[in-house]
Amino acid sequence: MPSKSAPLSLKIAVGGGLLFLYFPFTVILLYAFTTEDSAFTFPPPGLTLKWFSVALQRQDLWQALTLSLQVATVATGLALIMGTLAAIAVYRTPFFGREAISFLLLLPIALPGIVTGIALRSAINLTGIPFSFWTVVVGHATFCIVVVYNNVVARLRRTAKSQIEASMDLGADPLQTFRYIVLPNLATALLAGGMLAFALSFDEVIVTTFTAGQQSTLPIWILSQLTRPRQRPVTNVAAVFVIVITFLPILLAHRLSQDREST
Amino acid sequence: MTEKLPAVEFVHVTRQFEAMRAVDDLSFTVDQGEFFSLLGPSGSGKTTCLRLIAGFDQPNSGSIRLLGQEAASLPPYERNVNTVFQDYALFPHMTVGENVGYSLMLKKTPKQERQKRVEEMLELVQLGGMMQRKPSQLSGGQRQRVALARALINEPQVLLLDEPLGALDLKLRQQMQMELKAIQKRVEITFIFVTHDQEEALTLSDRLAVFNRGKIEQIGVPAEVYERPATAFVADFVGVSNVVDGTLAQALIGSDRSFAIRPEKIHMTDLETPVPPDACSAVGQIQEVLYLGISTRYRVALQGGYLTVVEQNTTSAIPRSGKVQLIWQREHICPLS
Repeated sequence: MPSKSAPLSLKIAVGGGLLFLYFPFTVILLYAFTTEDSAFTFPPPGLTLKWFSVALQRQDLWQALTLSLQVATVATGLALIMGTLAAIAVYRTPFFGREAISFLLLLPIALPGIVTGIALRSAINLTGIPFSFWTVVVGHATFCIVVVYNNVVARLRRTAKSQIEASMDLGADPLQTFRYIVLPNLATALLAGGMLAFALSFDEVIVTTFTAGQQSTLPIWILSQLTRPRQRPVTNVAAVFVIVITFLPILLAHRLSQDREST
Repeated sequence: MTEKLPAVEFVHVTRQFEAMRAVDDLSFTVDQGEFFSLLGPSGSGKTTCLRLIAGFDQPNSGSIRLLGQEAASLPPYERNVNTVFQDYALFPHMTVGENVGYSLMLKKTPKQERQKRVEEMLELVQLGGMMQRKPSQLSGGQRQRVALARALINEPQVLLLDEPLGALDLKLRQQMQMELKAIQKRVEITFIFVTHDQEEALTLSDRLAVFNRGKIEQIGVPAEVYERPATAFVADFVGVSNVVDGTLAQALIGSDRSFAIRPEKIHMTDLETPVPPDACSAVGQIQEVLYLGISTRYRVALQGGYLTVVEQNTTSAIPRSGKVQLIWQREHICPLS
């Protein structure tokens, strides 16, 4: 631990940086309580909780939120299974094309969403599958798998190979070794990867736009609301939901991976 | 009385890794109840041998028998052999008790019996009352003991130890050596111990095999390997030795066949001391003096080469330079192959 405290100039710079990052969030939060319904003036003329009750009655908002939660849950579930299997395969045995597969798995997160989106849309069109809930899920899974895969591969690399050997040495077959040794070791990595995947899926716009049919997820609903001046603060209320729903898992995931480091 | 089957038997075993032969056509046997060490520098094939016995690796050719049963292709979980790993390989998410009881849990041993045996095992390695601790809360020496208890609880035919004391500091290592030996006497299980520390191998083993480049240079009881090294490699690797050949050999024994002689077998005297009738002698010049506390090591120049001589520091008069006479018994000369 450094004993000297940082110089004042550095403190100001850090404060400024954080302010720049987080000021917009406070603005969003603030206007969820404003009494104006179309224009945002600063400071707000008055504060009210009315928009929360308006939001509660908006069916379209709730449908969008439910859809987003469903998509995120299913995409995360898929990612957990496929990402883990891929990670174990890549980690365990060197096989022909292993590096290539590892690279191909990571690519979707590096590719711009718009490319993934267009690619998926043309591919889905080509096969004649109708756009639906499931096409959105598949679209999201492309980048959710990466997040899980990355977390699991990193954890596997830190797990000593000798632990797996020790387990087999003590009489455990491969399945028992997976259940008693590998899986418990991966648990927090899976949780962290899963939560990150969930948060990524939950606020995804671009890939969703290309893979959805008539459905609109919450982020898309918010975008569509911005062009309508009516009941503007309802959008802010929705944004507050999004912030809470994505922030909590990320915070939790962060905490969990930290606990792991310290033991 | 029927002859006891060997605990482990290697018959022409070869393990090839790409261009390198880690184990090169090895044949040897380890008897039941023996404390057998595989000694050699890193990369000499001793750890590969251990992994072949444990089943983590399979030989390219040859046969490995455990108590007479062919085992070369059996997976680790179908061999009655357990291992103490170099890094201990304790399961970090389990308590000490769960670690030690792991193999009993897999065998579906009833909980009460399991508990009792885990307690007994922890007593044996002097870790009574540590059941509930996590491996991260233990010191290096304690982890070592947990690893030992975990590997012994199954009462394996053979216990494999892969440089288990390497990570411990000197004092702790010496203490653990004594304990290992005592535990082995008590449980009467065959121990196969991999080490690169020749002193450790000499101290602990009933017999040891000296490895070099995938082959065994010599197998024997410690005193035999130390006193009568078979090859220049053994003479050099096990303890300190003078390996003499060429002109110096010609000058000392009248033949240029190479031989070894241990530095402590050579006595240094002044030139006036009479040489006993059946001893050999030579005159040389002190070149270097290395004070080691308990003894002093000299490098003495002779015609055609050097000899290293170690003298116990029993008197305070340590010669520092000048001409000296070296005396040794003929029997201490080991011809090398």
